[in-house]
Amino acid sequence: MTILTIDRTSWNAGLDRARGDYTLVGSAWDADCLGFRELAPDEYPNMEGLLTRLSPKGVVFPPSQIMMTCALKPGDVKQNIYVSEEKLPSPRAVIGIRPCDAKALSLMPLNFDTGETKDPYVLNAWESCTWIGLAVTEPLASDFSTSCGTGPFDESPLDVLLVDDGERYLAKVITDKGTAWARSAGFETEAEEGAEALIKTKKEAAERAITSAISFDRIKEKTVLELYEANHWQKTTFACLNCGACTFACPTCWCFDIQDEVYEGKSYRMRNWDSCMTSLFTQHGSGHNPRETPLQRTRQRFMHKLKYFQDKYETGIMCVGCGRCIEQCPAGIDIREVCKTMNSQA
Amino acid sequence: MNRYTETIQTLAAKLLETGDVKTVLGFKRGTFPLTTEPFLATTPADTGELYWDVNCRLNLATYLKKEMGKVAVVAKGCDTRNILVHITENRIKREDVVIIGVPCTGMIEVKKATEMAGGDILYATEQGEEMILTTAGEEIRVPKAQLLRQNCALCAHPNPVIYDMLVADPVPVQTGMDRYADIREIDAKTSDAKWAFFDEAFSACTRCYACRNACPLCYCPTCFVDESRPQWVGKGTDPVDVRTYHMLRAIHCAGRCTECGACESACPMDVPVRLLTRKMEKTVGDRWGLEAGLTLDARPAQDIFCLDDPEEFIL
Amino acid sequence: MQNPYVPYPVRIDAIDVATEDKSLKTFRFSFLDPEDEKKFNYQAGQFAELSVPGQGEIPIGIASSPTEKGFLMFTVFKTGKVTNWLHEMQPGDIMGIRGPLGKGYPWDTLVGKNILIVGGGFAFTTLRSSIKMILEPENRSKFGTLDVVYGARTPGMLLYTDELTAWEKRDDIHMHITVDGTDDPAWNYHTGFVPALTEKVAPAASDDTYAIVCGPPVMIKFTLPVLEKLGYSHDHIIMSLENRMKCGIGMCGRCNIGTERVCMDGPVFTLAEINLTPSEF
Repeated sequence: MTILTIDRTSWNAGLDRARGDYTLVGSAWDADCLGFRELAPDEYPNMEGLLTRLSPKGVVFPPSQIMMTCALKPGDVKQNIYVSEEKLPSPRAVIGIRPCDAKALSLMPLNFDTGETKDPYVLNAWESCTWIGLAVTEPLASDFSTSCGTGPFDESPLDVLLVDDGERYLAKVITDKGTAWARSAGFETEAEEGAEALIKTKKEAAERAITSAISFDRIKEKTVLELYEANHWQKTTFACLNCGACTFACPTCWCFDIQDEVYEGKSYRMRNWDSCMTSLFTQHGSGHNPRETPLQRTRQRFMHKLKYFQDKYETGIMCVGCGRCIEQCPAGIDIREVCKTMNSQA
Repeated sequence: MNRYTETIQTLAAKLLETGDVKTVLGFKRGTFPLTTEPFLATTPADTGELYWDVNCRLNLATYLKKEMGKVAVVAKGCDTRNILVHITENRIKREDVVIIGVPCTGMIEVKKATEMAGGDILYATEQGEEMILTTAGEEIRVPKAQLLRQNCALCAHPNPVIYDMLVADPVPVQTGMDRYADIREIDAKTSDAKWAFFDEAFSACTRCYACRNACPLCYCPTCFVDESRPQWVGKGTDPVDVRTYHMLRAIHCAGRCTECGACESACPMDVPVRLLTRKMEKTVGDRWGLEAGLTLDARPAQDIFCLDDPEEFIL
Repeated sequence: MQNPYVPYPVRIDAIDVATEDKSLKTFRFSFLDPEDEKKFNYQAGQFAELSVPGQGEIPIGIASSPTEKGFLMFTVFKTGKVTNWLHEMQPGDIMGIRGPLGKGYPWDTLVGKNILIVGGGFAFTTLRSSIKMILEPENRSKFGTLDVVYGARTPGMLLYTDELTAWEKRDDIHMHITVDGTDDPAWNYHTGFVPALTEKVAPAASDDTYAIVCGPPVMIKFTLPVLEKLGYSHDHIIMSLENRMKCGIGMCGRCNIGTERVCMDGPVFTLAEINLTPSEF
């Protein structure tokens, strides 16, 4: 592992050099919203370390995506036969992703590669990415990533970790993919010997700045039914409007719907983000609905994130503590409080 | 504790103690700066959690359900107008709801506060006409008036229209403000410019439906966007479908919307959904001189017709 | 990487109205590419996504038996957008099938065992597949006794009546057919509900006897206590669930009951397994 030093004045030039080999993805403003998306050839990623409104999950799992198409016109030899629209994405450098967001995306193969079947859209997109993270030096009040098995400087999901150091970035190159990107960008000046210690100091300061400490130990110990049947849910879920704001903002909410749309004699089989908050999500054709009430749906979301996922994969909870749902919930629901309640009450 | 909070708690405790209501629907303090959380007090002891400040942006009429039995609800001017609409639409019965009216001085917009503070707000407190916003670096004082939501800044009915008790004396009502300057500006655009404007305005929408779910008027058992037979609207993020959703929803609320602003406050993407509902409000006012939620004696605009209705515009 | 979302192209070979109210039709499909049929290697109890171009997909239990070669059979209730469209399609039309999906009934466990099949209404499809498979000469000796309790609202609502009649005449299967009620004087089977009949005719509970229960929620609700009363243990009661599904391969997130994804970890579960989950089905 090497640590490079990248002078800010040479940063954009390096990004431009790497554009030959990589499509750049990063955070950018669209109107008043900071998002995470593919950048135009003359666009540079926002590197202020701000929290994007939606998580970067759209980079590998777009809000709406054509999976396959089929001709509907009589006479067409391929009439009514679906043909995949999957594209092998070219290499992409995802610049400035928050480490905890990258951590969330690194969990996606658990869901989209079940061993027996693999989702080529998500997995190919994910594979195509080189993750160039930007350490979070000023965590927000909603950040509780350190409680969730990740943190503001988590290197584990990244190929390169950038650390803002005033006039320069320190770039910790972690993997071969990271080395390839740095080489392509022409970033090769090794940092001074003390750089490692400097990063460590900054990391400790950032972690100290996160004041929320949430435990999940008892959620892990208790059975699914103990948690599910606990008597706090009425109170815990009362305020929930059952909108999908949290699920769409969340980097670890990957539920989707499949819909056919027909346009000019062609059918497009689409995958759209979906939300467990909606009644339609689980409603049978007969009208019967296993999660009919708002309470059931809100409980499902928290149980999925904090218990089911944890039990199923044993890689921890399905939440990285990014804080978006806390910031965006119209009803003021704070997942940290729900965790505390679930962890303390039976 | 502020005076409103204190009075709400006292009134609520009394209502629950006497058994006049089964529950009191109000707000409690949020765990996060500049937030509150809707809360249902079921015992007098619960009422200690009831709370009021400039962050009670939601409209609690959304939470009123027939099956709740007799319930007291804390309501701002715009919320009481909305409850009145619900009564007119036979959604709730007047005798089933005890309205704890709040003469309102306006709710603030979080985004404005954050921009003003220049960083992540760790604490926020209200002091008289000012908000004190504390970030990691500093503490700033901002006149509340500068942080108000647009619907609050333009509010013509801050005092409860229908209520059983008031939390405080009525507040002064502002007059002479221009409620529709921005709407007229859009009206004046060419068709192409309008199209471009709305393309941009709704582009961030993810169709999370926070606006719909926060809106007390959106109580259809099955929303038209969720119908599958026939399916009126595509479910993806195609701009045509997104715009169709917003425009149809606005039309469904025409003559009913009381400008509580819950839709826009709930939107996580800052989509200016009220532009459409206010265009409807302006139209209904201009054409028929009607304003929603002011009296139990009038039917809603979409519920009546007169022989001399202007016909050059079809709503 | 094999794309698990793209259906195999199939042709509708035959469509039969399955019930007197015409709400159910049985479709027979053949694969356009014979290679696809080889890949579509299924077990009784599995399901597939029927893909109707321009309309969408629906998960349906496979009604044909793995021992029946050259075609796939599904019986589909007309209820939503996709099934309404499907009911209007014609023999010769091309559409798609994606699967097989989920886990079938636990045949490895069931070998050598007595089997009680309890079915109701139009959930009889995968049960038909199972019975057909067990009754094949090469399979029948692998299993113990076979009892089938099957009920529908009226005689005209019973599925696969020709086969029921044929099975009725055999001595290696005990058929117990019932309808909720009928004024047909020629009806010479049982009348009354499935749970009550089950109580009367079910084979004695033992370590070697398994019950497979598949039917509408109300039938299941009243049949389970009967089986318990008869001494069937929870790990000897096998059920097939029908949650709403989209992907069918464990990814889209809607069909779970607790940690279990009905599409992939099921749809077949023992009651013992289901008891550990929130019963969201």
